[in-house]
Amino acid sequence: MNVHTNHPPVPLLEVRGLTVEFATRRGTVRAVEQVDLDVAKGETLAIVGESGSGKSVTSYTVMRILDRAGRIAEGSMTFSGVDLVAASEKQVRALRGREMSMIFQNPRAALNPIRTVGRQIEDVLKEHALAGSADAKEKAIAALTEVRIARPEERYDAYPFELSGGMCQRIVIALALACRPQLLIADEPTTGLDVTTQKAVMDLVMELTRARGMSTLLITHDLGLAAAYCDRVMVMEKGRVVETALAGTIFKAPSHAYTRKLMRATPRGGVTLRDLLPEGSDLTPPEPRPAAATDGTPLLTVTSLVKEYPKKGVGLTLARLMGRGTDEDLTPFRAVDGISFAVGRGESLGLVGESGCGKSTTSMMVNRLTDRTSGSLVFDGIDIGAIPARQFARSPLRRRIQMVFQDPTDSLNPRFQVGRAIADPILRMGTPMNGAALKARVEELARLVGFPEHLLDRFPHQLSGGQKARVGIARAIALDPDLVILDEPTAALDVSVQAVVLNLLQDLKIKLGMSYIFVSHDLEVVRLLCDRVVVMRAGRIVEQGMTREVLSNPQDPYTRELLSSIPHPPV
Amino acid sequence: MTATPTSLPAEKAATGLLAHARHIVTENPVTGLSFGLFILFLLAGLVGPHVVPYDPLASDTAAALAPPSAAHWFGTDQLGRDIFSRVVVATRLDMTIAIASVALVFVVGGLAGLAAGYFGGWTDQVVGRICDTIMAFPLFVLAMGIVAALGNTVTNIVLATAIVNFPLYARVARAEANVRRDAGFVQAARLCGNGEWRILLGQIMPNTLPIMMVQVSLTMGYAILNAAGLSFIGLGVRPPTPEWGIMVAEGAAFIVSGEWWIAFFPGVTLMLAVFCFNLLGDGLRDLVDPQRRT
Repeated sequence: MNVHTNHPPVPLLEVRGLTVEFATRRGTVRAVEQVDLDVAKGETLAIVGESGSGKSVTSYTVMRILDRAGRIAEGSMTFSGVDLVAASEKQVRALRGREMSMIFQNPRAALNPIRTVGRQIEDVLKEHALAGSADAKEKAIAALTEVRIARPEERYDAYPFELSGGMCQRIVIALALACRPQLLIADEPTTGLDVTTQKAVMDLVMELTRARGMSTLLITHDLGLAAAYCDRVMVMEKGRVVETALAGTIFKAPSHAYTRKLMRATPRGGVTLRDLLPEGSDLTPPEPRPAAATDGTPLLTVTSLVKEYPKKGVGLTLARLMGRGTDEDLTPFRAVDGISFAVGRGESLGLVGESGCGKSTTSMMVNRLTDRTSGSLVFDGIDIGAIPARQFARSPLRRRIQMVFQDPTDSLNPRFQVGRAIADPILRMGTPMNGAALKARVEELARLVGFPEHLLDRFPHQLSGGQKARVGIARAIALDPDLVILDEPTAALDVSVQAVVLNLLQDLKIKLGMSYIFVSHDLEVVRLLCDRVVVMRAGRIVEQGMTREVLSNPQDPYTRELLSSIPHPPV
Repeated sequence: MTATPTSLPAEKAATGLLAHARHIVTENPVTGLSFGLFILFLLAGLVGPHVVPYDPLASDTAAALAPPSAAHWFGTDQLGRDIFSRVVVATRLDMTIAIASVALVFVVGGLAGLAAGYFGGWTDQVVGRICDTIMAFPLFVLAMGIVAALGNTVTNIVLATAIVNFPLYARVARAEANVRRDAGFVQAARLCGNGEWRILLGQIMPNTLPIMMVQVSLTMGYAILNAAGLSFIGLGVRPPTPEWGIMVAEGAAFIVSGEWWIAFFPGVTLMLAVFCFNLLGDGLRDLVDPQRRT
């Protein structure tokens, strides 16, 4: 199925019939089965797939960094004439870093936290004898300049925690490219980064690899990203390659059903939520709950909300005590800087911005887990901001404001069966009921969110990401709240699962008459789910209005920048 | 064959723990061995005094200092008391001291550590300084001091052993609670209307259990050693009560004259008990951790 249109005859990396097995307690599991792939010199190949598709295992196998339980059962791998399957650990170690290198998903985890970034680059250069102690610093600074780190001489002495996520990823790229490898493997290099940072990082990687004639293997779950930056795209499903095609063709004429499903599920302009679901899904809209008589006032009105965090540190505490220190040192950091917005009854409001813009702090203040510094939060006529967060658990209003968390795994107690997790709010705040009634209610909630009832006695680690997300949603809606805050509820999910969960959220909103605050950095998802949108930057609101208007005709330059950073596949 | 499909998951859950226990024992035979030893010690403690062949206190000068034989499996001591009977009967006392002190410190130290890790602030400061103070002394010397000051009773040995173990429990519990205080499921529990103490005890505490179990098992061995050690130097249980530490102390004088069995058998039993609890720790952790139960 390979498209060999513009291939030079000898590929840089050639993998044939690769099968990787993992020994587990329940027997051998095949993570990768019969995978063929070629990367030509100077070519960019993307491997796209959902979690569990074997895309990462494939790249780890190529680098020969599989963990101990994994083993190459079959197949051959040749990298510029070297047989990677037969090569000894010593030979592979010489290749790694110098001939092929890798960028990992979490840049902060990939850097040594207690060593300055400059020293870490030097380590790599010295390890491969590309620099001596005399010229190491000079070369390290040159490497930093190359990945466009501003003021490289100063950054040379910076520790990873002093740099932003995007900067750390640039350092990781500098490390990976320091020895001028021929092949760069990028494993989800921009997952977890903001969309503007993603664009900057991807542009940088592509530019550097193109300038050096390097080959790149990009591992990603984002079909849009793959198609926008790569020459060819290979789609994997359950350890097998289902389709390999040129980036342009795969979007115009996806030949495999799985690729079509994946493309359908990717949120993009000009589609509705229903369009994301696989063909043949039940599309009947749910019965809306008859609206209660309201006086037309918004459910939640936020006025001049401020959250300040005092700066910390022994020196600062001393300075404060002695009345010294500059004003800049002593003014607290404003995470949220006087924002005002309203959420109507039955409305869903999108809260959009990049990491550090204050959207999460805002949502934590609205759901009363964090105290505000000043400003008011009027919920149904009551200023809930005045109730301390510690006491809010006992407030009768607690049950009316709920939340769905970003990470479905982290938000479920690993030691509770999921049925117990769903029952928790009912036990604490619901009308007292007997065991049978409680069980019936939990089962009803499970049905409502489409969670299989027979899995209710499982523990979270026995469930898939999508199932855990449903449990989190069931728990949030257990007491019929008026306002639900959705904190990137689909960020940790595969696109096909995301499509289903987004539709579920939309249906539930109509069925139960709830209001949503949808916190996200993904404008495409906000476009699909939200009536109105608030765009935040550095603690302030830069723009708000109807989603359709803001996204089609953005007024603020920052909104325009956000919109233009979304990777668009070549059409 | 009559089971309906709906009852299957329930049955599976019921047998799950047993099957899991069997898996652990078979996967790691050392764990199985230590489980076996533990059961043996437990039996000796429960029914030992009723099944031993001789009265552990009855002296028989005619049979004094007899080497191990069919009549006296572990031999007799200088007063002609049967060492096997004394070793078995002593199990109850030694185990009681160990279990009581570990249970005490598990509750007190665990709670203090959980509160310190979860609430932080002055709670953390107070618990931290208490730990530092205790750790500033050599632990055995501290235990000696406590028993010497409070008096030579079993209750005080339990108390002293618990106090010297306090920092171990408090610090482990603190670390475990601290990493979870802002976890997603804790936030979610707050949204569900749980109060702070309910979150701490209902949500966080169960998650600290696996590592606390290991701690229990490790300190159980240490507690036995500590109790025996105190008795050995004359600060614990007093003769003629059968107790491993006293028996080793009494037998020590006879080793030079060739009567090795008086100190040897209680010593070996003591060693096996400590050994058994240390190995048990690993097995216990696997048993109580749901992540491993798949």
